[in-house]
Amino acid sequence: MILLLIPLFPLFGFLINGWLNKSMPKGLVGWVASLSVLASFGISVYLFIQLLSGANEFQFTVFDWMAAGSFQVDFGFMVDRLTAIMLLVVTGVGFLIHVYSIGYMNDDEDYPRFMAYMNLFVFFMLLLVLGDNFIMMFAGWEGVGLCSYLLIGFWFKNDNYNEAANKAFIMNRIGDLGFLLGLFLIYQTFGSFNFKEVMGMASTYPRYDSTITAITLLLFVGAMGKSAQIPLYTWLPDAMAGPTPVSALIHAATMVTAGVYMVVRSNVLYALAPFSSEFVAVIGLATALFAATIGLKQNDIKKVLAYSTVSQLGYMFVAAGVGAYSTAIFHLVTHAFFKALLFLCSGSVIHAMYGEQDIRNMGGLKKYLPITHLTFLIGTLAISGVPVFAGFFSKDEILAMTYSHSFLMFTLLAFGSVITAVYMFRLYWLTFYGEFRGTKHQLEHLHESPKVMTVPLMVLAVLSAVGGFIGLPEIFHAPHFLYNFLEPVAAGAGHHVSHTFEYVLIFTSIVVLAIIIYSTRNYYVVKGTLPESDAEEKGIARILSRKYFVDELYAMLFRKPLDVISGLGYRFVELGIITKTVDGIQEGINTAANGLRYLQTGRAGSYLFIMVIGFLALMIYAIIL
Amino acid sequence: MNILQTIPLNHYIMLSALLFSIGAMGVLLRRNAIILLMCVELMLNAVNLLFAAFSVHHADGGGQVMVIFIMTVAAAEVAVGLAIIVMMFRKAGTTDINLFDTLKW
Amino acid sequence: MTLTVFYLLSALSVFSGLMVVLSRKAVHSVLYLVFCFFTIAGHYLMLNAQFLAAVHVIVYAGAIMVLFLFVIMMLNLNLAAEAQKTPWIKISAVILSGLMLLVLVASVKGAEELSAAQPQNDIGLVKNIGNILFDKYLLPFELISLLLLSAMVGAVLMGRKEPQPQNE
Repeated sequence: MILLLIPLFPLFGFLINGWLNKSMPKGLVGWVASLSVLASFGISVYLFIQLLSGANEFQFTVFDWMAAGSFQVDFGFMVDRLTAIMLLVVTGVGFLIHVYSIGYMNDDEDYPRFMAYMNLFVFFMLLLVLGDNFIMMFAGWEGVGLCSYLLIGFWFKNDNYNEAANKAFIMNRIGDLGFLLGLFLIYQTFGSFNFKEVMGMASTYPRYDSTITAITLLLFVGAMGKSAQIPLYTWLPDAMAGPTPVSALIHAATMVTAGVYMVVRSNVLYALAPFSSEFVAVIGLATALFAATIGLKQNDIKKVLAYSTVSQLGYMFVAAGVGAYSTAIFHLVTHAFFKALLFLCSGSVIHAMYGEQDIRNMGGLKKYLPITHLTFLIGTLAISGVPVFAGFFSKDEILAMTYSHSFLMFTLLAFGSVITAVYMFRLYWLTFYGEFRGTKHQLEHLHESPKVMTVPLMVLAVLSAVGGFIGLPEIFHAPHFLYNFLEPVAAGAGHHVSHTFEYVLIFTSIVVLAIIIYSTRNYYVVKGTLPESDAEEKGIARILSRKYFVDELYAMLFRKPLDVISGLGYRFVELGIITKTVDGIQEGINTAANGLRYLQTGRAGSYLFIMVIGFLALMIYAIIL
Repeated sequence: MNILQTIPLNHYIMLSALLFSIGAMGVLLRRNAIILLMCVELMLNAVNLLFAAFSVHHADGGGQVMVIFIMTVAAAEVAVGLAIIVMMFRKAGTTDINLFDTLKW
Repeated sequence: MTLTVFYLLSALSVFSGLMVVLSRKAVHSVLYLVFCFFTIAGHYLMLNAQFLAAVHVIVYAGAIMVLFLFVIMMLNLNLAAEAQKTPWIKISAVILSGLMLLVLVASVKGAEELSAAQPQNDIGLVKNIGNILFDKYLLPFELISLLLLSAMVGAVLMGRKEPQPQNE
């Protein structure tokens, strides 16, 4: 019963804010929204403690959702250990971002609408992770897609933002089609949508079973769309059009990780389909590298973070692909902390700079925004994988797991983390060090953000700093908390690597990171090199800053042919057939009416004639027959 | 003595058909609304005659009662019709039906 | 003898009917119609329908036709020459009415002849008509009185002069 309350709180928050909208006192709006999420967080913590002290899972069926013959779907909630972790992340990080939004969005005229959408998003996200069957998950999946669309296009007066929202929605449709087909195949194969029933039946199938492989591949197509993997990733960078808290909550911490959650949730299926797992790992690896290289040359502070997100999601899929499901969730959690933190910091910077997002116009912000600077530094250290910070442990674990899977993958992935560190420190140095490069007006008004924004930053910074301790590697002789906790639901996560390798890995990463930090500082701060303007770029830099021309490629491959086909359809089918037919009918009637109009003379005499003729016709008809 | 023993019923039918057709011809031929009304009276009388003939033929008084009813209806029709014609004449100064052709599209 | 009288009356009816249609002047038409009605009254008499004949002469010839004559004279229509229809329309009108006669006759020709009932000479008397009218046809009789009343009201309403608007 208590499970029902978790999604209900944000739903009530949405209804109150959405319904009353601007008639609510402005101060109340934000607190209604935040506290509703906090209430869900409280329940989640309570359930988490129950699970810690031995409970295995909670189950609550609200009502029969659909029943048709043997087809039955319950509106049922389930909290097992995997769900509990997701609940904590969604409600915890969600709550912090809601509080942050109170400060960030306060001046927006549509502030209540924003808060209502955010609450609606949390509701659907909770539905997604709480559902005990695939249909519930799909409902939440579509719901968060809708909220993502609404929030990306939140400032709907700007056409570019609307286009970005459309792009996100359409890209996700492609993925959702795959997901849906996967669901159909699941029902056809197992006759049920319930997670436990499906997983139970699946475990009787042999490895390499072709149906399971097909199902997992189709499900992964859905994950590709939602979690922005190659080739469906292009919507995520554009989604930065939305307000920054949206980027932090939806496009970094929660919604985009839904694909990872789904893969981990179906880990039984993926374990039975080595081909699909390999596919997942390869796609994840390719995305991780691809997005990281693009991130090297982006000059928009949010775009860098967006490509970084795509890249980090790739890491999670690599982990899931090599069978280290708990590691994927581990990275999901730490990533939620530090990427939300980084986005919120960038929001704070943008707030201080009056909407300026180009790092070429920033610089030297350290002394104006001390708290933001410090928290951003922690986030950067965490994502780069500096030891002790959260990202180090999770990324280290991914590398270790990949090493025991394939050496080539490990090498490429390690190279990817090097690039990650490079672009993150590039961003850091350019933003906070050097001379201020903005306008005089901006300089005069530079200010640290209010408490309501900085406190969430500090909380997230602490989490980013210590979050990694939930999964210490073996060499520290402490229990790997997360792995042990998740073992009942995400089994098969245990690849043990040699202790020597762990030491080498840690030592190497420290050395490499030190070199990167030193050289980037040297390059960007000491020498004061600035990224060249768009026109000066050439060679690889140009390719990178234009994102490998992928958008242009998609436009050429898909949009152009579609344009041509619909152009032909317009000219020949629409104009040639449909319009001609409709107009022809209309013209025919018009002509006939024009002719018949002369029958109606208005003269009684002619009517009498016609009447007599009709009477005669009837008489003759009666006599002859 | 019964008249129908010497004059066949068919004769009456022919006569009233002839009168009816003459009335119809008048309706089609003339343009004066008053003449039109008179021709209608002629057609009504053709029918009346037939009613009376059949009434005698069947030895049933109902036919003759029907004739009385028709006469009453004809009287009402003429009263209203002539009132309309007078109105028309007052408005347009003529009783030519072809000039009243505004009742169209 | 009776047949001869019938033929004579019929010829007069048809002739006066034709003259109603063909006369140029409206007053002539009215007078021919009055004559036609008298011949029809003659037919009624021959059919032993005395009451009908009397009512016919009184109502039709006496009331309705006088009304016609009155209106024609009031509107002074005799002076204005009536506009003629085009020859084409005249020819087609004649053809159509001839066709109608043909059709009517044709429809009777094919019909089966009913045997006449036992002859009764007194059904046309006032007493018998009255019995039938107030017995079997009482309700229609009352209704027809209502029709007459409403026609009278309507005619009065339409015939009166419209009150001129005072201030214009």
